[in-house]
Amino acid sequence: MRLAIARLLSAAVVVLGVSAAVFLLVHLVPGDPIDALLGEAAANADRGALRQALGLDAPLAVQWWRFVSAAATGDLGTSLGTGRLVAALLAERLPYTAALALAALAVALAIAFPLGTLAALRAGGVLDALAGTASMLGAALPNFLLGPIFIIVFALWLGWFPIGGAEGPRAIVLPALTLGSGLAALLARMIRAALLEVLAEEHVRAARARGLGPLAILRHHVFPPAALPILTVVGAQLGALLGGAVITETVFGWPGLGQLAVEAIQRRDYPLVQGTVLVISVSYVVLNTLVDLLYARLDPRLENDAG
Amino acid sequence: MRARPRAGTVLCAAIAGGWLAIALLGPWLPLAPTAVDLYALFAGPTLAEPLGRDDLGRSILARLLAGAHDSVLVALLVVAFSALFGTTFGMLIAWRGGLVDLIGMRVMDTFLAFPGILLAIGLSGMLGPGLGNVVIALSAMSWVGFARLARVQTLAMKTRDHVMVARALGTTDAAILRRHVLPLIAAPLLVEATFALAGVVLAEAGLSYLGLGAQPPAPSWGMMIRDASQFLLVAPHMVVGPGLALLSFVVAVNALGDGLRDRWQVQR
Repeated sequence: MRLAIARLLSAAVVVLGVSAAVFLLVHLVPGDPIDALLGEAAANADRGALRQALGLDAPLAVQWWRFVSAAATGDLGTSLGTGRLVAALLAERLPYTAALALAALAVALAIAFPLGTLAALRAGGVLDALAGTASMLGAALPNFLLGPIFIIVFALWLGWFPIGGAEGPRAIVLPALTLGSGLAALLARMIRAALLEVLAEEHVRAARARGLGPLAILRHHVFPPAALPILTVVGAQLGALLGGAVITETVFGWPGLGQLAVEAIQRRDYPLVQGTVLVISVSYVVLNTLVDLLYARLDPRLENDAG
Repeated sequence: MRARPRAGTVLCAAIAGGWLAIALLGPWLPLAPTAVDLYALFAGPTLAEPLGRDDLGRSILARLLAGAHDSVLVALLVVAFSALFGTTFGMLIAWRGGLVDLIGMRVMDTFLAFPGILLAIGLSGMLGPGLGNVVIALSAMSWVGFARLARVQTLAMKTRDHVMVARALGTTDAAILRRHVLPLIAAPLLVEATFALAGVVLAEAGLSYLGLGAQPPAPSWGMMIRDASQFLLVAPHMVVGPGLALLSFVVAVNALGDGLRDRWQVQR
């Protein structure tokens, strides 16, 4: 319980820090944001009016507090380009990013588990070397390179899936494969390492000596103790997943938060950039906190030593 | 992972070193990366032009070699800034301890809360395109890795006998950190720097893929991949060169990192 409260508190501090950073982002825009919005030739009266409307005349700390308290009630301002509420735009796109991230995670686990397990069982063999090479390549292939390769092969040559967009259930396959493969490469390495560690332990040797079959040993003696470190790795990679979604969504024209962020940057729609970056980062903090809490729940030792 | 055969590490070092040499010599190589040939739009690979030509008839090989300059040098700069700032930050907060350490850790947590390259995307989006801004944006993303590592390592060194003795003898904090702590924590930091180099090259390519990095007509690997992906139907050959360049550099540098890690027995 103490651990959970400490974890929630530190998450709250981080969320405040993130809000400050995101708030300051807009103040990094070179020159006066008013110039950027209205152009340098705008009349002074218009500039003053806009400055007041945007609250830019108040001290920085006050502006930040307004930003945070408004954001807490779901008010993230109005998109400059479309005139729509930022929160409404985000709400439209969020389900797409969530679906893509989940599908990519499923792809990653579906590839990494068998690959990592086989590599660990046949450590040093041909299969291990192949899996190692595959995961090395997978870690080095960026989404914006893998995506086009998948498009050429599976959309243009074979015609199995659409080139992009989000029409129909098939559209998610290629983006999820793209986003999931990089993660799969990393996970396979980690799963291999975690399993190797457990395989070397005495209780596994004892089980082998008792004449248990390899599958039973894996199920009862290897996977359960390896599950925790693997969960940690999955949690740590959620960030790469969400960050990678930004580029993957752009490659495939998948209408999620990442694509929205890139569009907002290209249109210099500052409130929308703030909103998307804030929402993606805060979701990441929330997910990470959940993984940590889950971890503490699964590993009773943590609850006792937590300082 | 298991120790790789030495031959592999040597090969990877040669590939990474080759790209580094091309990056450094780039501006003096007799290349014409922006020369347009309107009679050779999308020309496929030939003996004279092994990687073919792009949508403006420019030589993909020339653009690739010239682009190495920006991609690799930006990455080296970013890693240098990040290592310098991150290491100093991490060592100092660990050495001071207490409230300073606590605040420093929350600052690091805040930077880590931005998933992947999102912070770099947001920053360079706000700062505007251009290589200088790319360096700032990517450094803001990568310094934390060094800071975290330097902090943990310094904490472990703080209570070592030789450090305590130096302290008791009245050596200044700066001298202790520089002479008695830094040399002992340099190996893991160098390994981190190697992996960071690969990560930053990828991130830089990602930013230029999004149009936030180098600006046309300057060649950069990420932008070449973006251009290529618009013409996948017409000229799939356009993606091969920049794709392989990026891949070979990143794989080689990562393998080099693995090699160094095994050799120095650094745990990650």
